[in-house]
Formats: sequence, C-alpha cells, structure tokens
Amino acid sequence: MTMVQEHRPETKTASAAVRPPVRENAKPPKLTARNVDVFYGEKQAIHDVSIDIPRNQVTSFIGPSGCGKSTFLRCINRMNDTIPICKVTGNIEVEGTDIYDPKIDVVELRARVGMVFQKPNPFPKSIFENVAYGPKIHGLTKNKTELSEIVESSLRRAGLWNEVKDRLNEPGTGLSGGQQQRLCIARAIATRPEVVLMDEPCSALDPIATAIVEELIDELRNKYTIIIVTHSMQQAARVSQRTAFFHLGNLIEEGATEDIFSNPKEQQTENYITGKIG
Amino acid sequence: MTDATATAAPATSDPSRTQRRNAAEKRFQLYGKLAVGIGVLALIMLLGSILSRGLPAFNQTFIKADITLDAAALDPNGNRDPEDIRKVLTFAYKPLINDSLTGLAEQLAAGPVPEATPDLIAGMISDAATATLRDYVIRNPGQIGETVEFEFLANARIDQYLKGNVDRESAAADSRVDPIQLDIADALQESGAMEKRFNLDFIIGPDASENRPEAAGIGVALMGSAYMMLIVLCLALPIGVAASIYLEEFAPKNWITDIIEVNISNLAAVPSIVFGILGLAIFINYMHLPNSAPIVGGLVLTLMTLPTIIISTRASLKSVPPSIKEAAIGVGASKMQAIFHHVLPLAAPGILTGTIIGLAQALGETAPLLLIGMVAFVRDHPGSLPDGLFEPATGLPVQVYNFTQRADPAFVERASGAIIVLLAFLVIMNAIAIFLRQRLERKW
Repeated sequence: MTMVQEHRPETKTASAAVRPPVRENAKPPKLTARNVDVFYGEKQAIHDVSIDIPRNQVTSFIGPSGCGKSTFLRCINRMNDTIPICKVTGNIEVEGTDIYDPKIDVVELRARVGMVFQKPNPFPKSIFENVAYGPKIHGLTKNKTELSEIVESSLRRAGLWNEVKDRLNEPGTGLSGGQQQRLCIARAIATRPEVVLMDEPCSALDPIATAIVEELIDELRNKYTIIIVTHSMQQAARVSQRTAFFHLGNLIEEGATEDIFSNPKEQQTENYITGKIG
Repeated sequence: MTDATATAAPATSDPSRTQRRNAAEKRFQLYGKLAVGIGVLALIMLLGSILSRGLPAFNQTFIKADITLDAAALDPNGNRDPEDIRKVLTFAYKPLINDSLTGLAEQLAAGPVPEATPDLIAGMISDAATATLRDYVIRNPGQIGETVEFEFLANARIDQYLKGNVDRESAAADSRVDPIQLDIADALQESGAMEKRFNLDFIIGPDASENRPEAAGIGVALMGSAYMMLIVLCLALPIGVAASIYLEEFAPKNWITDIIEVNISNLAAVPSIVFGILGLAIFINYMHLPNSAPIVGGLVLTLMTLPTIIISTRASLKSVPPSIKEAAIGVGASKMQAIFHHVLPLAAPGILTGTIIGLAQALGETAPLLLIGMVAFVRDHPGSLPDGLFEPATGLPVQVYNFTQRADPAFVERASGAIIVLLAFLVIMNAIAIFLRQRLERKW
C-alpha cells in the first residue's frame, strides 16, 4: 500500500506545531481505555489497546486504512453494538464510569459521547429539526423557546448560524458538503455531550471547507473533549494536541502531537509519518 | 503488452471495428424499441377490445309505457292493506302489463307495424318488469287504480338490436325474439317511447339470472371486492410492515430467521389456489366462518398478499442509507426511535408501492375465491360494515368469470363491462397510491 499524500491548506500548521501541549497529568483523564480487544466474528480487529484521553484537548488517531482506528473510536460510544458479530472486551471508562457496564443506558451514553461521521449525514429534514432532534428525544428542553435556544447556540458554536439563520426550515440536505458537516457537528453538540468523536470528518470535504471545520474543532476543544480519526497526518498535526498511531489493530505509539511527528519513539511510527508505509 | 501496441495500431482507430460497435449499439436500441412497441401494441389491443365490447354494457334500452294499476287485480280486498298487497305475486302483474299495452298495440297496428299485438310488445319488455312494478305498488299503495308512466328495461334481444348485435336474419332463427318485434322497436324508438341511456343499475345492482341478462349488475361483486380490499389493507399492511421491520432490523441472523426468510420468498410464489384450499380448511371448516363471506375472502387474500408486502417493505427498508440510522443512533436515539423517526418515513413510498401491488394482485385474484364459495349467485347486497363482512357476496373477477360462463350472448358485453369496472377500481387504487407517494416522498 502506498500512502496518498493529501494536500490541505497549511494555514494552521505553524500555529498548531508551536502550540504547547497541555500536560494531561494536571487533571485526571476524561476517558481511559484498558486492554481493549475487539473481534469481528473470528477476526480480531483491535489488540489490547490501552490509552488515556485528556479532557479539553483534541486527540487524533492516525494510521493506515484498516488499522482499527475507526473501530476503536466507535467503541467509545458503543456504536459497534449495532454490528451483531462485533464483540468488545476490556474496560473503557468515561469520567470513571465503565461504559460497558450492563447497567449503563447506551442511549444516555451516546448523548454524553456525541459522534460526527465520515460522510456528512444530515437527516432529510429541516435544518432546525436536524439540530433539535437530539435534545427532543432526550427531553433536554421544556418548551419551544428553550429548544430554539439550544438550536441557535449549537449552530453558533458550529459556526453555521450566520449562514443558515434565515432558512432554518429548509432541508439540511440542501446545504453544501462543508455546511452539512458543520450541521452534523451542531447536531452532535446539541445534546451537550462531554466527548465528541469525529470519524474522518473532513475526508468528504474540499480544502476550504476542511479549513473551516478544522478551525471549528480547535474552538470546540474549550468545551468538549474531542477525538478525531484522520487519514491526513497534516490534519492531525494541525488540529490535535495528542496523537495516537494505530497499525494492524495495535496502538503503536501515543503522545503529544509534536513529539509524535518530530520525534517518534517507534520505528513503525516513523515509517508511517515519513511515508515509507501506509 | 508493449510489443503488441507498438506493432499494431490502437484498436480504436480501426474503422471496421468502430463501425461494428456502432452497428451493434444501434441494433440493440432497435431491439429495445421493438420490445416496447410490442408491449404497447398488446396493451392497445387488449384495452381496445375490452372497451369496445364492454362500454355498451353501461347503456341499456328502456321502454316507456303507461300502466293502469287495476285495483281489482292488485288489491282484491279493496282495503289497501300492505299485507294484502304483498300477497299478490308477480304473476298477477303480467296480464296488467299486457292489458295496458293494448292501446299502444292498436296505435302501432294502425300505423307503421300492422302486425303489432299487445303480447309482442309485452315480450319486448324484460321479465324483470313485473317485479319492478310490484315493488313500486308495494311502496306506493296509494297509486292503485291510477295510470302511471313506467320505464321498463327492454328485453336483452331488443337491447342488443339497438346496439347492433341482433339483426332480422338472426332474429328469425331465434325463439326469443320475433322480427316483428324489431319493427316495433324501430317504431317505438322513433316515437321516443324507447331509448338507450346510461344504466347505473349495471354498476350498483345485483346479478340476475340467465333469463334476464338485461337486469344483471355487478353491485354485489363490487361491494364484496371493496370489503375484501378493506380487510386486506387493514390486516396485511400492519402485519407485513411489522414483520418486515422486525426481520430487517431486529431479528438475530441465525438459521431460524434464514428459514423464515426463504419461506417468505417461497410463499410469494405459491399458486393462489393453494391459499384457497387453506382458507377452506382453516377459516370455513375449522373456524366455521360463513361460506361466501368477504371476511373469509379477505383473510385468504391477506395471507396471499403478505409475502408481497413483506418482500417489498424489506427492500425499501434496506434501500434507506444506513448513514441515516447511524446518525440517529449517534445522537442517542434508541434503535426503535431511529427506525420510526428516520428509516420508516424514508421507506414509506416504497412500502406503499408494494402494498398497492399486493392489493392489486389480491383484487384480481379469482382462484382462491372459487374455493371458499364466493362464486355463488348472490342476489342481495351485503349489509353495511361490519355485519356485511359476514354476509354472502362475490368478487369482481369471480363475477367476470360467472358472466363468461353463461350461454346468453348478452352476457358477453356485461363480462367486458365488469372488467372495465375492475380496471377502473385498480386505476383509482393506483391513483390514491401515487397521491400518497407524492405527499410522503421527501422533497429533498
């Protein structure tokens, strides 16, 4: 396999590279995973992954296709539950709560751990309905005014409000690709999650839309803990403070983004980021 | 590889090859056009023959006649007691019609048709006339003793003469019509006492016996079919959709569900008469539901329609992009919420199409209805809902089958007419489906 070099605007690379990594030992990690194995039927997709995700930072998972980074991401809000043959062992805790505890309500977990998907997938409903759906089903609001407030604040945080405030009743699918993805981000943060998982959120977007979404991710870090899966190492370097490199279902190396990119400890990591494998 | 391209010219520049390819493409398009042409031609021929034969059935010939309601014959006791009037049977009305036609016969005999007699004119009137007359008298006892103008159905032969299917030559060989009657018909038509006009009774009236094709209608069959469709819709749609959603979205994938899936596909291909036998065995012989009732027909057709609805519903559920369901689950919707809020609305148009196809199939089904006794000769309309579901009725396709079995040629047009009504029923159902589809279909 050869690595396809992706060309993203390099506008933020410099600032991201010089941004001092926040030390995770200042506070307890938001999310801990210990000895996580994932099986698809007979095949083991994830081998014994243990990682701490610090709060209010962006952590990126990088690695070649099929390395298990998306699979691991989907374990964090139990999206893998929808795949019948998928089996997860090990321990994942969000704020000290074991999310695979049988007593855990998975619906509530997904409100706490929101998700943005690779392809923008707005509901074929109005923009307003798209954002309001999560708060509605979780009963987060008492009346219409509160609901409208949540919709507005979510769209504002997703940087979409000014573009759509006059056409909230128009279909969400009528927006451009980048707008759709920001709508999906607004939808994910409307349920007031603590963690937002993003599965290659920019892979279906053009460079300009990508730059906007990346900027947004950087802003969202203040309120949420963000985990982003990306194919693009430049993107990981631009938006994340911490980076984890996956290969063939193993977590090879994990650390501050600038350390991983400038000074990788493992040979495999170095091979990947220098484009020798991938 | 490189050697070959170096020595030979690139394939695309070979003119004969290009020509062959273009010719093949043209030829294929021609085959396609031919196929479409054959289909359209067949449809035009089918519709043309049905319409040309069936449309006359909606018009019927009526004869106007003044009938003197003789008090001595109709109310022997002279007290206008409805009970007594009811005791006078239709036989007593026959001479009444003959007597009343004397004047008309004399008038005709003096003029255009010298051979006219009251009996000949009375013979032109349908056998159903006496019953019509009796019903009128029972409803209006006050009219006894007076002369009232009636409009009777003309005899089927006279009717067919006006429609051009009977001529003097065939009438001479026919015991049921006299060529003189055809002359009388001409004269009556001229004087305006006889005319052909739209006959609503064909659509809403009950069937009539072999002797009175002019009075036969398809009302009972129409109601029976409507009731059966109602049952099929009310049962097959919810059961089918529920089964599909469970199988498609919730059921574990194991050998039991595999067997169920295979069998649903097989059931869709089971000959319909097998469902009829099943209905006979279970609903009539075991559950003792009444014979010939729309409820049994509806249940049998429901069983027959279910596989169609399940298969099409599952296909349309499958065609909804999984990303939509993922998105809903991602924001914390439960599986059921994701399906009911997002997947089902998107699948609705497809489900509707499948349901209509299933219903149309059920509407046209004859074989199973024969087995459960819906082929019977039923004179009375089934009652209103819900009791009517348990009263005898027939179905439209069975009525068509019935009409085609009868000897009298006048039933030919009635069979085609019933087919037209059946097709109209289908077109209306499809129109409703298209309307609903457009309402449900997402504009985005």
